[in-house]
Amino acid sequence: MQEHILSILIFFPALAAMLGFVVHKDGAKAYGITVAGIEFFLSLWLWHIYDPMVSGMQFMESAPLVSAFGINYLVGIDGISLFIIILATFFTLIGILSLTETRRVKDMIITLLFLEMTMVGVFAALDAIVFYVFWELSLVPMLYIIGAWGGPLRIYASVKFFLYTFTGSLIMLVGMLFMAYFYYQATGQWSFSILEWYRLILPANFQMWLFAAFFMGFAIKVPMFPFHTWLPYAHGQAPTIGSVILAAILLKMGTYAFVRFSLPLFPDAAVAFMFPIAILAIIMIIYAAMVAYAQEDIKQVVAYSSISHMGVIILGTFAMNVEGISGSVFLMIAHGVVSGALFLLVGVIYDRRHTKLMSEFGGLASVMPRYATIFGIMMMASVGLPLTINFVGEFLSLLGFYKQSHSYTLVAGTAIIVGAIYMLSAYKKAFFGPVTKEENKHLKDVNRTELLGLIPLVVIAIWLGVYPKPVLEPINNSVEAIVQLMHDKAQTPEAQKRIPNLATTGTMNSVSEAH
Amino acid sequence: MLEPITVSLASLNVTTMAPMLIAIVGALTILSIDLFKDGLHKSLYVMVALLFLLLDLGAVVDFGTIFLRNGTVLGMFNMMLIDGLAILSQIIIVVASMLFIPLALTSKRFHEYNYPEYFALFLFMIAGFQFMVATDNLIMIFIGLETASLALYTLIALHNRSKSFEAAVKYFTMGALAAGFFAFGSMVLYAITGSVEINQIALSLAKDEYANIGYVLLGITFLLAAFGFKLSMVPFHTWTPDVYEGSSAALAGYMSIVPKVAGFVVAMRLFEFLVHSGVVWLQVILYIIVVVTMTASNIWALVQSDVKRMLAYSSISHAGFVMAAILIGSTQSNTGLFLYWALFSFTNLGAFTMLWVNRQKNLIAGQSSDHPYEKFSGMIRTMPMAAVVMALFMLSLAGVPPFALFWGKMYMIGAAVSSGYTVLALIMALNSAIAAYYYLKLIVFMFMKEPMAAYGENYLLNASLSLKTIIGIAAVATIFAVIAVNPLLKVITLFVYNSGY
Repeated sequence: MQEHILSILIFFPALAAMLGFVVHKDGAKAYGITVAGIEFFLSLWLWHIYDPMVSGMQFMESAPLVSAFGINYLVGIDGISLFIIILATFFTLIGILSLTETRRVKDMIITLLFLEMTMVGVFAALDAIVFYVFWELSLVPMLYIIGAWGGPLRIYASVKFFLYTFTGSLIMLVGMLFMAYFYYQATGQWSFSILEWYRLILPANFQMWLFAAFFMGFAIKVPMFPFHTWLPYAHGQAPTIGSVILAAILLKMGTYAFVRFSLPLFPDAAVAFMFPIAILAIIMIIYAAMVAYAQEDIKQVVAYSSISHMGVIILGTFAMNVEGISGSVFLMIAHGVVSGALFLLVGVIYDRRHTKLMSEFGGLASVMPRYATIFGIMMMASVGLPLTINFVGEFLSLLGFYKQSHSYTLVAGTAIIVGAIYMLSAYKKAFFGPVTKEENKHLKDVNRTELLGLIPLVVIAIWLGVYPKPVLEPINNSVEAIVQLMHDKAQTPEAQKRIPNLATTGTMNSVSEAH
Repeated sequence: MLEPITVSLASLNVTTMAPMLIAIVGALTILSIDLFKDGLHKSLYVMVALLFLLLDLGAVVDFGTIFLRNGTVLGMFNMMLIDGLAILSQIIIVVASMLFIPLALTSKRFHEYNYPEYFALFLFMIAGFQFMVATDNLIMIFIGLETASLALYTLIALHNRSKSFEAAVKYFTMGALAAGFFAFGSMVLYAITGSVEINQIALSLAKDEYANIGYVLLGITFLLAAFGFKLSMVPFHTWTPDVYEGSSAALAGYMSIVPKVAGFVVAMRLFEFLVHSGVVWLQVILYIIVVVTMTASNIWALVQSDVKRMLAYSSISHAGFVMAAILIGSTQSNTGLFLYWALFSFTNLGAFTMLWVNRQKNLIAGQSSDHPYEKFSGMIRTMPMAAVVMALFMLSLAGVPPFALFWGKMYMIGAAVSSGYTVLALIMALNSAIAAYYYLKLIVFMFMKEPMAAYGENYLLNASLSLKTIIGIAAVATIFAVIAVNPLLKVITLFVYNSGY
């Protein structure tokens, strides 16, 4: 079973979803919790049997799919994908646990289970086409979730979400086909295996074009400025569960793909585009934070803060050193936990009041103390308070980029301040002051089911903030391998200078020293 | 005094005509059954036709094994040419026909299926298409094309609605114009080369190094226009949506597959040697036609309010996409064409069959066409299974992996990439993105809107066991295409490569 653990993780939810058609709708939620629970424990077991000292791929499985064209079913994980997979299974479980939707629950559960398959598949795939299959397939359940259970503008939002991402990925597909063709020219064999592509050293001008093609696909998914316009609509219209999964997992696909594809495949191009992308990332951080400050809808605040934090992740990724990339991967997980929790919290208040406008609230802290406490902790985590999960990731990401450029990092660092402004002001508007609205005076505090979903998130946000090592160490090991690979492949002097050579210098320990 | 001509029967190689003759004998059998006893139930004719198609397929597959052993077979004074392209396209034609003919077993009565002539004409049409692909003689192509087209016009008109007559007459008029163009183009080519066989034409043109390039271009222009009509390339596509709307959904689905694959094979034989000999003008024109056909029809499809018309425009776009293979002209692209079309035939026939099972006898008040989008709204509530299957076909047509058409699209774009057509590859990819919108529109109606009570009782009116079976086959083929892609690719590459394309 151990050698097929990844295939089981990928296809178990899909199989369960198909059987789910038979389950009566009264038992649908219990069925969903059971399946997601089993899946989550399987992923924990995967963590247990994962060897954190090995930097390469583990639990690899391979089967020919279209061997005439070099497409194989190839899956495997390293420290980078391991925790995102666990995050995905975890959030599916939490999402289903705290599902308050009453309309067509069965459809929702089945859709979520299919979505879980695609999420795990994306992060486990090591063949570009298999990756692409899961990447595209993940759009379909999300389209349905936003379009069928969303707000008044749901159809516009869902179609926009689908078309935007689909267009970007098709350009990425052309890039993948080019990559395979270059591999064919170099070796006389078709292959879509990422691991085999890693061995290919491309001329710098090809790298530029291919980097741009892949960038289109990934940047829209992240979403990077100026491709971010679909995200506020999607979040604004999606039901709570849709926003949670979208923010916690689906956005991470883009940043994960940067680490998995763009950096090791095109190191020279990545270095050449380092500063343009850093500028985009900084615009993203500051602009999104400013827009977040101007929002009246609390969900939009969280949505824009999400874009802002994704900017920090991008910045860390394009620092091209171990600190930056490890930090950004850690921040992906941290941001998943925190933004997922914040969307769940917004969902809690929406269920009670059916509005998300901050002007409708005020003084909630006195009516719903437990709710205000959890929201407060999560907000602090989002702001990046030391000893919370986000701090570790943001600090490392910025530290990584500081090694490349002091001034850029300084500008990006202001984001943490801006972030504190909009988050605290939103918190103040909603939670402090007198209770102005009559309806708010008798709101019920969070109940036991909601706590069941929220408490684990709080625990994780603090635990990994205080002691990140169990997660950071495997990530660090795998990132070191990638950075070394990038250094070995780098051809331009600029790239050789920017990407550290781990074999000679002692940067191996710098991350653990930073703590 | 003339020498007496002696031709041994063996050298004629009459067996090369066996597949077509089987179809023709099948048609004659159906007619003679009717002579002895008329008024028999349509199921008899359906099954007889199916049996003969099965024999036909057997004969074609048999030629496939002969081809792999001995290479191309010629027969009937070199009129018949059984090469890999002929075999592959005949397999697609016959298999698609076998999927189509059980669609006559509807639970509602339709006028045309009461006539045994319908089934006889259907088999004659298949024989026509088979003749068209299994030759490189322009006259033979012409005869095959016209046999098939005349039968098809009648099949459309037999649907017996005023829109069907309009469609048949329109198709006939356009078809006649196309036939004229074809005859004229062939005449020009014959005038400068003295041959009506495509390989002889190619040799003769290469020998005098395209001295008469002006006349060659004139001839090609007419032939291009003729095939533009048959393959519904923009700007010769105007008949397509009307004809599809006028014919029954099943026949429309059939028309989007079988006549086109026959057209592609002939276009491949005619144009590829010219593209390869560096006739730049043709390359440019083909490039423009491919891009405009893909893009313009996609944009027209966006604004349609009827699903059948949307699918009509979408199939024009798919044809444009595949036509790129002829422009690229590599073994990979030609393989991609057959792969694409084999996968497309299942998905598209499935989509049209889904319309066919929801066919009403009479329109309800306020309904302007047979299948407006509103008819499908909220289908996930009323008919969850049907909605999921229809969504599946739509996603496949849009090219969402891992469903059937994705693999075709990927391989075609890959072919464009490997031959250096980077811009074309990007245009092909972006067109898939445009197309996604109108396929999504149907999914949005089915999954995200409230059901409309007026249409509720009209769902699946026409469904019978055999229609459901066909939909099931199409759905299974669409979902599990990934398993079939590898063997298909291997076989198709073998056939295409050994035919020299």
